[in-house]
Amino acid sequence: MKVKNESEEKTGIARRDFLSFAAFGTVILSAITVLAETLRIIKPNVHYEESRKFKIGKPENFPVGTVKKLEEEKVFIFAEDDGFYAISSICTHLGCIVYSTETGFQCPCHGSKYDAEGNVVGGPAPRGLSWYEISQAVDGTLVVDSAREVPKGTKYIYA
Amino acid sequence: MKEIREPGISEFIGNLKNLKQSFLGSFLRSGTPTSDKSRAATMFNNFFLHIQGVKTHINTLRPTYTFGLGLISFFLLLIVVFSGAILMIYYNPSIEHAYNTVKDINYVVYAGRVLRNIHKWAGEGMIIFVLLHMTRVFYTGSYKNGREFNWVIGIGLLIFVFGLNLSGYMLPWDQLAYWALVIVSNIIQSPKEITDALGITHFFDVGGFFKELFLGGHVAGKESLNRVYALHIMFFPLLLFVFLAVHFWRIRKDGGLTKPENFVPGEDHPEDALLPKKSGGLFPTYKTYGLMELARGRTPAVDQDVENMVMSWPNLIIAELAVFVFTLACVLIYSFYIDAPLREMANPLIPENPAKAPWYFLGLQELLSYSAFMGGVGLPGIAILGLVLIPYLDREQRHVGIWFSNRQGIIVTLQAFVAAVLVNVGLLVFVVRFGWFRNWWPDIPQLLITLVNPGNLWVAFMTAWSLWVIKRTGSTRMGAIALFTMFLVSYVIFTYMGTQFRGPNWDFFWSRSQWPVH
Repeated sequence: MKVKNESEEKTGIARRDFLSFAAFGTVILSAITVLAETLRIIKPNVHYEESRKFKIGKPENFPVGTVKKLEEEKVFIFAEDDGFYAISSICTHLGCIVYSTETGFQCPCHGSKYDAEGNVVGGPAPRGLSWYEISQAVDGTLVVDSAREVPKGTKYIYA
Repeated sequence: MKEIREPGISEFIGNLKNLKQSFLGSFLRSGTPTSDKSRAATMFNNFFLHIQGVKTHINTLRPTYTFGLGLISFFLLLIVVFSGAILMIYYNPSIEHAYNTVKDINYVVYAGRVLRNIHKWAGEGMIIFVLLHMTRVFYTGSYKNGREFNWVIGIGLLIFVFGLNLSGYMLPWDQLAYWALVIVSNIIQSPKEITDALGITHFFDVGGFFKELFLGGHVAGKESLNRVYALHIMFFPLLLFVFLAVHFWRIRKDGGLTKPENFVPGEDHPEDALLPKKSGGLFPTYKTYGLMELARGRTPAVDQDVENMVMSWPNLIIAELAVFVFTLACVLIYSFYIDAPLREMANPLIPENPAKAPWYFLGLQELLSYSAFMGGVGLPGIAILGLVLIPYLDREQRHVGIWFSNRQGIIVTLQAFVAAVLVNVGLLVFVVRFGWFRNWWPDIPQLLITLVNPGNLWVAFMTAWSLWVIKRTGSTRMGAIALFTMFLVSYVIFTYMGTQFRGPNWDFFWSRSQWPVH
């Protein structure tokens, strides 16, 4: 058998190197897969928590011109001439609960301030308060879905 | 003769008479340590002692060199593990029972309140003493000369100590615990601030993903408490003990504690150690040499004499025992009088105002109030990376084992200290008086605030200052000293700011008594 010298082997890598790379690559790849699978294991399939879509009652329970703060659901329900809208009461900075002030909302934790539409006007909050989608169930009650955000200014007219 | 008639019984009685000697002999293996030979054997024949050398350098025993800080941290760890194991007997990690069982521990369990205090204060003491130990190691240049990697291990230990304290803080499931959990989960989510600004959150929500992994859901609840509990009693302790074993092992392998090159044993400090006697003992020589092994590299004895070494037993052991007794006494007395806080049960509807993290994170919370991402992820990441890189960017091997290296080091430290205090306090005064971008231009994009905020400016200033020091002195060690000094000063100042001067809505108040009633 002819032994190749180095000049003949300029192109391509040696068989030994190729096999080593392949072997190490396999080990590393399987390690990464195991790690990813482990992360997947600790990502829960079931959330033992309240549904993020909830009923808030009939439209007539929300007279025009009123604001209701739903403590459990962490949402403000506004009823105005041009429709209903729901603004989240969870501060976008670090998740504290904002309270309403004369000019809008205020967070007690790090002093974020929002205007009446939930836009940030002061403090560290990175973005405005979320607006949620409101729909109507067949029995006429209003349903807020806090998993679905809608653009600011989206108002719903239901009777 | 009796022995011939009843050999079994008499042998038994003889064994009974010799019980003390034979048991002690089997226990000690090498007899009582009365000569240097048996003192050496006592050290290397004992499982718990053999990780330490048979002989110890006198410099290691100087109280003003180490102040025993690393040892104190270790003894605090032992106290924490022991008290924690007992607390586990009563504690139940479920949101229905967690708060009540902690209350039981405080008010019903025999000595439960003191036990919980011991666990809490020894744990928080570890933060202080690990930081002080790091400070000692840094200023004596003990991250050099082959000890670079042990410094990195030490940073890992510091992180685990923080993690253990934080996860423990959440277990009582009171208001403090719940809102700390909410805030921490949102810090984990804070990369969203960046992905939102780039508009890629919709399909690449890395912050949201890790928040869900941490909480086991979208909101803090029973899954979250389980996860935090697992972190607290299993993951962090396991990692901590593995790292600690390597940390101790590397101290030996890297040549023991650092010492000055031309160390002169203190004729004037005879109290430092029991110097070896030139006569007496089985081998009555001042120096004994034996070929233990052929070793390469920086092991203790290569190219070096055994000058200035004394027997570890009893010199080192007595010093360690003294530190242990001192530590235990301090923890007990403190825990007897000062109670660990316990607020009302967690209520997801009413946030604390102000909702504050535990004190050791209030410096971070101050940074968080500028930008969640930079304060919670960006700047701590930079700080940890900076600490890890110090031994690799400062490769000067001079002045190892001397506090502040030399006269110049003291001057650089003082300058950095004064500059850090002035600039850091100035920055905080400016922020409190005039606010930041959003107060001036409400419509400013978030990305600009994330990139330019007081925290980032401070880190930029520290970096610029230490680069200037390197340029001025021509020494990377001096630059490292300046950087580390400023890091320590700002950690203290930011923490003090968050602890003392921040009240409801994170507004500035001179004292707690000025907080508005609500």
